[in-house]
Amino acid sequence: MSFLNHLINGVSLGSIYAIIALGYTMVYGIAKMLNFAHGDVIMVGAYMCFCATTYLGWPSIAGVALAVLVCTMLGVVIERLAYKPLRMAPSLAVLITAIGVSYFLQNAALLIWGSSTKSFTSVVGGQPIQLFGGQLSIAPVTIVTVLTCIVIMVVLTLFTSKSKAGTAMRAVSEDKGAAQLMGINVNTTISLTFAIGSGLAAIAGVLLCSAYPTLMPTTGSMPGIKAFTAAVFGGIGSIPGAFIGGILLGVIEIFAGAYISTQLSNAIVFAVLIIVLLVKPDGLLGKRVSEKV
Amino acid sequence: MAMLEVTSLGISFGGLRAVDELSMKIEKGGLVGLIGPNGAGKTTVFNMLTGVYRPTDGGIRLDGQNLIGKKPNEICKMGVARTFQNIRLFSNLSVLDNVKTGLHNEITYSLMESLLHLGSYRKKERAMDEKAMELLEVFGLESVSDYKAANLPYGKQRKLEIARALATDPKLLLLDEPAAGMNPNETGELMETIELVRKKFGVTVLLIEHDMKLVSGICEYLYVLNFGRLLAEGIPGEVLKNPEVVTAYLGE
Repeated sequence: MSFLNHLINGVSLGSIYAIIALGYTMVYGIAKMLNFAHGDVIMVGAYMCFCATTYLGWPSIAGVALAVLVCTMLGVVIERLAYKPLRMAPSLAVLITAIGVSYFLQNAALLIWGSSTKSFTSVVGGQPIQLFGGQLSIAPVTIVTVLTCIVIMVVLTLFTSKSKAGTAMRAVSEDKGAAQLMGINVNTTISLTFAIGSGLAAIAGVLLCSAYPTLMPTTGSMPGIKAFTAAVFGGIGSIPGAFIGGILLGVIEIFAGAYISTQLSNAIVFAVLIIVLLVKPDGLLGKRVSEKV
Repeated sequence: MAMLEVTSLGISFGGLRAVDELSMKIEKGGLVGLIGPNGAGKTTVFNMLTGVYRPTDGGIRLDGQNLIGKKPNEICKMGVARTFQNIRLFSNLSVLDNVKTGLHNEITYSLMESLLHLGSYRKKERAMDEKAMELLEVFGLESVSDYKAANLPYGKQRKLEIARALATDPKLLLLDEPAAGMNPNETGELMETIELVRKKFGVTVLLIEHDMKLVSGICEYLYVLNFGRLLAEGIPGEVLKNPEVVTAYLGE
C-alpha cells in the first residue's frame, strides 16, 4: 500500500514539474532560448497568492487569479525588456541574461518579503480521502494538482494544433522570417508564448506551495531546474514530452527518496537524466534533426 | 499611377553596393520578370520590397503608399506576398496548416474567443479550413492536405509555396526563381499555373527567373539587373536580343 501512496505522491509532484516544464518547452520551441528565470516566476506567483489570501483575506480562487494575472504580465514584461533586445544576439548572451533576470527576481523578492520563510496555506481545503480502511490517504490538493495538469495539457495541445494562434506559434517556431512574410506578427506570437508559460508558472507555484507549504525567495529555483530537466528528459520543444518527462521525474524522485535514500533522491534524478540523454540524446519524445548535407 | 513604383532604390552592405539607382514601374495586372546573372542583386530587391532589408536610399510605393521602414508582416498585410528561392515551407506543419498560416491577415478573432472556444471562433476556424482547401484545390493539392509539407515532392512544394503566398490575399505576388530545379515538363506546368493564378486571383506578378523559356514565354516586360544596376528594360523579344544583356549572361 505504501507503494501506491508513493506513486500517487510522485504523480502529483510530477504534475507540478510538468506544468512548469511546459513553460520552458514552449519558450524554447518558439524563441529558441532557455528562460532560466522561469523558476522564479513560480515563486512570484506563490507570493502573490500568499499575499492575497493571508494579508488581504481574499478567497483562494481570487488569490490564484491574481497570481496568474501578475505572472502573465511579468512574463511579457521580462521578455520585452530583457530578451527582445537580444533577439539577434548569440544564444550565450541570452542565457546569461536569463540567469541575471532569475537573480533579479529572487533578490527583489528578498527585498519585498524578507528572508524569513512564510507558511503557505493550501488553496485546496478539506480532509484527506481515506481508502482501504485508512491505509491509503489522498490529500485533496493531490487530486486537484493532477486534474489541473491533465486539463492544462489537453487544452494546450488543442490550442497549438487547432487554433490560428497555435498555428502561428508552430510557424514561428519553424521559420521566423518566413512566418513574418506570411503576415504573422512574430513579436506578438513570442509575447503570447511568454504570457501562457508564465501564467502556467503561477498555477504551478500555487500548487507547489499548497503541497509543500514553505515559501521563500528561492522556492522556485530547485523546482525550476528540475522542471527544466523534465523538459529535456521528455524532449525539449515537445508539449507531450514535457508532460511525460515531468511525471516520470516526479515519480523517480519520490521512489528514490522512499526506497533508496532521501539525501540521494536528487542525485538519482539527475543520474537517470544523464543515462536517458546518453541513450537518446533528443529526450524521450524529441525530434531527431539530421543535418542536410 | 503604377501599382508598384520603385524609385532610385539602393542598398549598401558595408562597402558593398548591392543595388544601386534601381527604378521600376509595374502596372496593375502585369506579369513582369526581373532577370540577371547570379549575384546581380535580384533577391536583394525582393528582400527590400518585402521589408526584410531596409534600403539605404530610394523609395518604394505600393498604390501610392510608402513601404520603406515597414515590417515584413505589415507589408504582407498591405498586399505583398512572396515565395523563396530555396523553398521555405513550414516543413513539419501539414500542407493545410501551411496555407492557414497565410490566412492570418484575413480572419481575426480575439485571444479570449480562442481560449473560450466561442461559437464565433468555431465558425471562423471552419471558414479558414474551407478557404484553405479551396486554395489547395486550385493547385491540385487537396488530396495531400494532411501530409507534412516536407514529405511532398519538390514540384508540389513549389506549388504549395505559391498557394501559401496567395492565402495572404496579395495584390502583388513576388516569385523568386519558381522554376529552379524543375524539369521542362514541370516548368511548362508551372507556366500554366502562373497564368491561372494571375487570372483567377487578379494578382500582379513580379518574378525572378533564370529559365529563359519561362521568361520569354509568359513575361510581358523585363528588367535586367547586372552588378546591382539596371542594365536594360523592355519587352522580352527586344531585351533578350540586346547585346549588353547577352554579354552580361555569356561574357564577351
